[in-house]
Amino acid sequence: MAEEVKGQKPKGKSQKAAAESSAPTPQPLAPSPSSLITIFVMGEAYQVPKDLTIMKAMEYAGFKFIRGCGCRGGFCGACGTVFRTKDSYKLKVGLACQTVVEDGMYLTQIPFYPANKKEYDIAKEPANTQVLVRFYPEIMRCIACNSCTKICPQDIDVMGYINAAIRGDIEKVADMSFDCIMCGLCASRCPAEIVHYQVGLLARRLYGANVAKKAPHLAERMKEIKTGKFEPGLDKLGKMTEKELSAMFYDPKVRDVEP
Amino acid sequence: MYPQNMQESIKRLDATREARIKQAKIPLLGPEPKKELLHGFHPDYIQSSMRALTVGPNKGDRTPHEIADVLEAWPIVNPAKFDTEHPKFDVDVLIIGAGGAGVSAALVAAAHGAKVLTVTKLRIGDANTMMAQGGIQAADKANDSPERHYLDVLGGGHFKNIPELARALVSDAPGVIEWLEELGVMFDKDPDGTMLTIHGGGTSRRRMHAARDYTGAEIMRTLRDEFRNQNLELIEYCVAVELLTDEHGACAGAAFVNLETQEHFTVRAKTTIIATGGCGRLHVQGFPCTNHYGATADGLVLAYRAGAKLAFIDTIQYHPTGAAYPEQIFGLLITEKVRGVGAHLVNAEGNRFIYELESRDVTASSIIRECKGRGLGVVTPTGRLGVWLDTPLIEVLKGPGAVKKNLPAMYHQYERFGIFMDKEPILTYPTQHYQNGGILIKDNSETGVKNLYAAGEVAGGIHGRNRLMGNSLLDILVFGRRAGIAAAEAARSAVLSEAKDLGFNHVAAFESELKSAKVPVERRSPMLLPEYRRDEFKTPFPFAALGCE
Ligand SMILES: Cc1cc2nc3c(=O)[nH]c(=O)nc-3n(C[C@H](O)[C@H](O)[C@H](O)COP(=O)(O)OP(=O)(O)OC[C@H]3O[C@@H](n4cnc5c(N)ncnc54)[C@H](O)[C@@H]3O)c2cc1C
Ligand code: SF4
Ligand code: SF4
Ligand code: FES
Repeated sequence: MAEEVKGQKPKGKSQKAAAESSAPTPQPLAPSPSSLITIFVMGEAYQVPKDLTIMKAMEYAGFKFIRGCGCRGGFCGACGTVFRTKDSYKLKVGLACQTVVEDGMYLTQIPFYPANKKEYDIAKEPANTQVLVRFYPEIMRCIACNSCTKICPQDIDVMGYINAAIRGDIEKVADMSFDCIMCGLCASRCPAEIVHYQVGLLARRLYGANVAKKAPHLAERMKEIKTGKFEPGLDKLGKMTEKELSAMFYDPKVRDVEP
Repeated sequence: MYPQNMQESIKRLDATREARIKQAKIPLLGPEPKKELLHGFHPDYIQSSMRALTVGPNKGDRTPHEIADVLEAWPIVNPAKFDTEHPKFDVDVLIIGAGGAGVSAALVAAAHGAKVLTVTKLRIGDANTMMAQGGIQAADKANDSPERHYLDVLGGGHFKNIPELARALVSDAPGVIEWLEELGVMFDKDPDGTMLTIHGGGTSRRRMHAARDYTGAEIMRTLRDEFRNQNLELIEYCVAVELLTDEHGACAGAAFVNLETQEHFTVRAKTTIIATGGCGRLHVQGFPCTNHYGATADGLVLAYRAGAKLAFIDTIQYHPTGAAYPEQIFGLLITEKVRGVGAHLVNAEGNRFIYELESRDVTASSIIRECKGRGLGVVTPTGRLGVWLDTPLIEVLKGPGAVKKNLPAMYHQYERFGIFMDKEPILTYPTQHYQNGGILIKDNSETGVKNLYAAGEVAGGIHGRNRLMGNSLLDILVFGRRAGIAAAEAARSAVLSEAKDLGFNHVAAFESELKSAKVPVERRSPMLLPEYRRDEFKTPFPFAALGCE
């Protein structure tokens, strides 16, 4: 992590000793050979330190990610990983950036899964009970096998929201699917070839755009902006010196803080 | 599960909770104590961490070594290998980078009738925008106003912000929220539609709008879905490695390499928008970072070589609360929203030491002071230091279940490691988070280079020396949209030079500067992707086939 700085360092003295070492210590984390375990990446064995995430372990093993790595923080769904552990028939799943390696882990990433997405004009779609089925009629083919829920790394009740979609309960689908990071693992397992996360996404957009009430104060503010209400004030602020602004900023009578 | 020594400190924290709830509010710091704290403990004030640039438009300006190392560096590809006479695409508006700024620019430019092409490093939405949790600011409530917002923005930026940019930011803010509402972003609302807004560090009104703690993800996936609905042209896994300029030095597109196939090609464009985001993966001063995998300052490098001036490149934002434990998520973000909904920052002894919602530079400095200056940090098994965020307090203040309801993403992240943040506190330490400065723009997102625009985290000047939470998600949409409009309009009247007159003259000129400044030839940029493999696996140049050895 801490690459050596190759540039010419300035000669100037540092301001304060205390600040010299504000970076976290120690760094980087050195793996000790005794803590190495074996993982299998697409069938090949690699020795890696035991406390790493799958993502860091693969990098340690020499992989440089192009696909299969996006945010590195559990938000983007690029790093869905399927694995088995020693002596278990069970297929397990996790995000490579969030799951810690185990000895004997036998894994592959599924960085991409072909999905179909419908096109729509969200403003024009009525948020009725038919709309989800109309765009994604295949949801009716769900056989309630629960494979989608079992594989979801976000622990979402995926089958539950597909059921709600079949009933046309947009609000429920929107709410239940909210934590979806669109990793695609559910779609990879579904015998009915449903692309769950597209259904959730459509429901959330419909809910946000056409079910939830529009914010009244926002509409009000937009009207005020259109009449130019704030222009004179902003003109004045824009011309102020740093000193004048600072005086206003630190004056609790001018800039009181809402509790 | 926390180890013994940490559990002991947790007991002290539990013991002081009652008293802390009753404790009077810790007052905001005045200008003098603030200055003293920053100078003593903020990483930006460590003089030896920076150097003055020796080449380019910002020659003489100081910047962290890690940024200087990519700005003062040789190209990674040999321009001669690119067939500039036969561009693969010919478009009105080229957008580099498909995060929030790029995608909103694309939507708006297309709506203004431009033929738009978006090219991005990883997938569309593999971007810092996807990771934002806390929220987005806009002064849209009756007790608030754009003027107030302006004053907060400037106070946060130490009054150094460029006034016209800050003004554009606050003036467009309500319009951005309205746009998102229409696109179907699920903001947290009351049943009557009133936005549930909270404070962020440095706000004088509750103006932080959120979509649970997936605000950025919710915005990004909605914009991405709309982008796909509009069938806009997109190329993924291709990186911009150099801009293309005409005989007068105006920008005329860019050169790309496909990361998967190493195919290399050029795009000729009447106008170009750089929306490549931030620089967390440079790991300034060895800090961990909160950013996505592709945040490597490429846009700064490309624009700098073409002659664009940068602003405020000597200031980096360290988020006060990065995860300090467990090691697996070290440096990842603990959203400010945790403090926004009431969690206290508490030292090893169980005491508070700062008002939690000071601006980020101040709060981060206070944590560093607690750990390194006063010896009141909690030590982890790997020897790292941190202070507590008292998250169980949220349950006390807001009722049982409040943590899970307000912070589902955070809860989930810790739960994976056996830490239940509704019952136990979490340990934090500052982490590199945001690039406060960047390519200097005007209020229509124009840069100093003709026909080149910049929007989003890559741009600089809006936030002065320090950005407040919630103003970046706002900024990428305000300036993404402004860039989209300006670039589409400029494209209407722009006359493109013949393909044979396009090329990389600016790169050649920059190279001669590098040569006289004796910049070592091994130093190359843009970085494109950070290197986390062990030394024996490292390759010096990513595209050996493209002429640089
Ligand atoms: C963890 C985290 C939490 C945050 N929370 C908040 C918050 O609560 N509120 C707030 O306001 N802000 C927040 N921020 C800041 C905010 O999210 C970002 O500053 C903002 O989203 C940046 O948007 P952008 O479009 O400029 O860049 P990005 O969203 O990062 O997009 C840039 C895109 O450009 C691509 N790219 C880069 N280089 C190249 C190249 N050479 N060629 C082609 N493509 C390239 C990248 O891959 C990426 O897709 C947070 C940031 C992080 C990291
Ligand atoms: S619902 Fe499907 S796409 Fe969404 S997170 Fe779960 S498995 Fe991934
Ligand atoms: S995997 Fe497909 S068929 Fe099985 S429960 Fe889920 S949606 Fe239904
Ligand atoms: S890399 Fe984004 S979820 Fe793992």
